[in-house]
Amino acid sequence: MAPAKTPDISSKRLSKTDYAANFSELHPPLSPHEALVESDRCYFCYDAPCMNACPTSIDIPLFIREIQAGHPKSAAKTIFNQNILGGMCARVCPTENLCEEACVREKAEGKPVKIGMLQRFATDQAMEEKHPYTRAKSTGKKVAIVGAGPAGLACAHRLAMHGHEVTIFEARKKSGGLNEYGIATYKAVDDFAQKEVDFILSIGGIAIKHNMMLGKKLKLKDVQRDHDAVFLGVGLAGVNALGAKDEDADGIEDAVNYISELRQAKDVAKLAVGRNVLVIGGGMTAIDVAIQSKLLGAENVTILYRRGAPHMKASTYEQDLAQTKGVKIMHWVAPKKVLVKGGKAVGLKCEYTALKGKTLESTGETFELAADMIFKAIGQTYMDVLGGTLALDQGRIKVDAEKRTSAEGIWAGGDCVAGGKDLTVASVDDGRRAAESINQFLKS
Amino acid sequence: MADLRSNFVGIKSPNPFWLASAPPTDKEYNVVRAFKAGWGGVVWKTLGEDGPPIVNVNGPRYGAIHGADRRLLGLNNIELITDRPLNINLQEIKKVKREWPDRAMVVSLMVPCEEMPWKNILARVEETEADGVELNFGCPHGMSERGMGAAVGQVPEYIEMVARWCKQYTRMPVIVKLTPNITDIRMPARAALKGGADAVSLINTISSIISVDLDNMAPMPTIDGKGSHGGYCGPAVKPIALNMVAEIARDRETHGLPISAIGGITTWRDAAEFISMSAGTVQVCTAAMTYGFKIVEEMISGLERWMDQKGYAILEDFRGRAVPNVTDWQYLNLNYIAKAKIDQDACIKCGRCYAACEDTSHQAIMKEKDGKRHFEVMDDECVACNLCVEVCPVENCITMERQTTGTDARTGRKISDDYANWTQHPNNPMSVKAAE
Repeated sequence: MAPAKTPDISSKRLSKTDYAANFSELHPPLSPHEALVESDRCYFCYDAPCMNACPTSIDIPLFIREIQAGHPKSAAKTIFNQNILGGMCARVCPTENLCEEACVREKAEGKPVKIGMLQRFATDQAMEEKHPYTRAKSTGKKVAIVGAGPAGLACAHRLAMHGHEVTIFEARKKSGGLNEYGIATYKAVDDFAQKEVDFILSIGGIAIKHNMMLGKKLKLKDVQRDHDAVFLGVGLAGVNALGAKDEDADGIEDAVNYISELRQAKDVAKLAVGRNVLVIGGGMTAIDVAIQSKLLGAENVTILYRRGAPHMKASTYEQDLAQTKGVKIMHWVAPKKVLVKGGKAVGLKCEYTALKGKTLESTGETFELAADMIFKAIGQTYMDVLGGTLALDQGRIKVDAEKRTSAEGIWAGGDCVAGGKDLTVASVDDGRRAAESINQFLKS
Repeated sequence: MADLRSNFVGIKSPNPFWLASAPPTDKEYNVVRAFKAGWGGVVWKTLGEDGPPIVNVNGPRYGAIHGADRRLLGLNNIELITDRPLNINLQEIKKVKREWPDRAMVVSLMVPCEEMPWKNILARVEETEADGVELNFGCPHGMSERGMGAAVGQVPEYIEMVARWCKQYTRMPVIVKLTPNITDIRMPARAALKGGADAVSLINTISSIISVDLDNMAPMPTIDGKGSHGGYCGPAVKPIALNMVAEIARDRETHGLPISAIGGITTWRDAAEFISMSAGTVQVCTAAMTYGFKIVEEMISGLERWMDQKGYAILEDFRGRAVPNVTDWQYLNLNYIAKAKIDQDACIKCGRCYAACEDTSHQAIMKEKDGKRHFEVMDDECVACNLCVEVCPVENCITMERQTTGTDARTGRKISDDYANWTQHPNNPMSVKAAE
C-alpha cells in the first residue's frame, strides 16, 4: 500500500526538470514565419474594433501591416507610440477580452488574429535595438513620480520625451511594480520586467530612487516642494480581509504576497506549497496563485468563488487555462470559517450561495474542505497614506479625464485611481495621458 | 456523369486538361508522371533545331508574386526552350506516345524563321507519331533576342508564313501559340488562320520584371548582379488570357478558330470559364509547378460535378456559350439599375467596404447607425460600382441587387425595362436618332 499522503506544506515537491518545465514560458514567441502567416490574416479594418478595444488605442492594423510588409521595428514604434510597455502588455494583456475579442475574425470564424503574439513579435525585436525615441530639448522642469509601476514608468517615459527631468520614487527594492512582483512567472520569463524597465530608462532623463515609500521616508509636501509637478502611481497596498473567522491562522496567505515571493525566488523549488490548496477569489490573482500552486506541485487546488463563472473577473480564457492545469473551480461558494488545529489552518467551512433577485444570499447549506494552505485573492485596496490630502472616489484617488487629482499640481493613475480597470495596459494609458496633461501644464 | 472527352482539331484526349509546353513536359519522366496522375495530354517542351543543345543560366530562373500566406499568384521565368538533345526528346516522345496512346501528345517547336529548318524538324516529329505540333511564337525572353519565339509572334506576316510552311510539310494538326506581348491579339490570330493553322493556343507568357532586389538594385531573379525580363504567368494573368481568348472568339474573321486556352488556369472553374469562352482544351503549367500534378484530380472531378449540376453531358454542350455575351461597352444596357446590399447577418463589421467607398468611390456606405458600428449602403448614393463587393472579406456578404421597379434613389429616374445603350444616349454626339 502506498504511504498515506499526509497533509503538509512542503518545498521541493518536484524534480528540477519539472520545475523548469512548469515555469517556462506559457506561450513561446512567434517565429518570423508564424508572424508572417498571422499578419497576413489581418483585414486592416476601418476604424478597427481591435484598436478601439485597446485601452492604449494602439494602431493595431497599422502595426500588423508593418510586420506583414517586412518592418517589425516600425511596427514596434507604432506600438510604443501609444504604449511604451507594449512588450509586457503583449505578454499579460487579457487580449481575449480586449483586442482579440473585438477582432472581426473572431466574429467571422471564431479565430481572431493573434494580436498579442504579433505585438510581442514586434516589440521583442525593437527592444534589442537602440532606444527608438530621442528626448526633446531640456525644459528645466522637474517632475516627481511616486511608484515605478506601469503607470509611473509610462508617465516618466513620456515626460522624458518632452524634455522634463523625472525622478521616480519607488517603495520597493526593484522597479516595475506588479510587472515585477505581481505577474505570474510563466507570463514574463527571463527577467523581462527588468529588461523593459531598462529599455524605458534608456531614453535618459529619468532617475529612480528605490526604498522610498510614500508616507514613510517620502513626504508628499517635500516632493511637491522640490518638483514642478507630481504623479502618483502608487498602486494598491492594502489587501481585502476575508471576513471569515480565524483568518490569522498559519497557512493563510495573501495571494499577492505569495506571487511576489514566487517572482522573486531565485529557486522556485525552495518555495513551500501545500498539498491541498484553497484559493478564495475570482480574479486574475486567484487564477495566477492557483495555477502556480499547481505548478509548484500542490496536489489539489480549488478556487472558491461566491458567484458564477460569468461573474469572475478572470477571463474565460484564464479560467479554462486554470482548469487545464488541473485547478478545480467551485462556483457559488463563500468561505464561512477557517478550520484551525493547533494554530494551523486545516480547512475551510464553506457555504453555498445563490442569487435572490439581484442580491447574493447564503443558502445556509454548508460543507467543509480540507486545506494546508488557503490563499486570499479577494482584491486589493488603496491605502490612503496622505491623510485626506486628495479627494477619493469609491476608496481610490479621484481623477478627471486628464488624470488630475483634486490637488493642484498632482496627477495620479494606475490601480490607485477610481474607475480603473486594474490592468497593466490601463495603467500605461493613465500614465501617458497624465504625462501629456503635465506637459501642457508645465508649458503654460 | 459528364463526359470530359475532348477532340481538338482531331487530337483526342480523355479530358481537356493538357500540360502546357514548359518544364513539366521536358522529358519522359515528368510526362509519364503527369499521365499517371490523369492529365489528358501534354504539349512537350519546345524543341529547337538539331545541333549543340540550348544553354540555360545556372542561377535562378524563376521569380514570383505572392498573396496572403505566400500563395503564389504570379510566376516569371527566364528559362529557354529544352536544353536536351533533339534526338533524345524525339525518342522519348515516341516511346511515351506508344505507351499512352489515349493521351494527347503535341510537340512544341521553335526553329529559325526559315523554311528548311521547319521542314526538317516537322519530318522528324512526324516520325514520333505525335498528335500535333504547336508553333512557339510566344516565348518573350532569350529566344526572341535570336529572332524566334515572340519575335515571330509579334509580326503577323511571319506567323502566316511559318504556319503555311508547316501546313505544307506536315499532315499533323498545326497549333500556333500566340504571344500576348502585342497590341491587338486579333492580328496574329488572323494571320495564323490565313496561314492555314488548325488552331491557336494562348497566351504565352507576358514580358515582365517581377521585382527588384533592393539590396543589389537588380531585377529578380538576379544572376550575378544583373537580371533580365522574363515571362509572366500564373493566376494573375488569367484575366488577360481570358480577354484575349474572347477577342479571338468573337472576332468576325477568327470566330470558330479552335483555341487551346492557356493562362493561370488553376482550378476546374478557370477551365470551365475558358471553355465557356470557346476553348477546346486548356493548358496548365504554373498550377502544376506550384502544387504538383495531383491538382488535375480536382480539376476533373470539379468540372464533372459542375457539368452534372448544370446538365451538360459533354464539353460541347457549354463550349463557347459565354462568347455571345461578350460585347463592347457601348452596347451595355444603361437602363440596368443595381444597388449593393450588405447582409447584416453575414457582416463582420470590418469596415473595408466603408473605407473603399468613402475614400475612393461614391460615399455610399454609412458606418454608424443608432450610435453603433453598422455598415449599410445608401441607395441614393450607390452607383453599383461593385468595389465594396470585391473588397469584402466575407463571400456573398455584399451582393448587387437589380432594381426592376420604382425609381433609382440616386437619380430619381423611373426604372425602365427598356434596353438603352450608349449608342442611343442623348449625351452621345454620335448617337443614332430614330428617324423622324
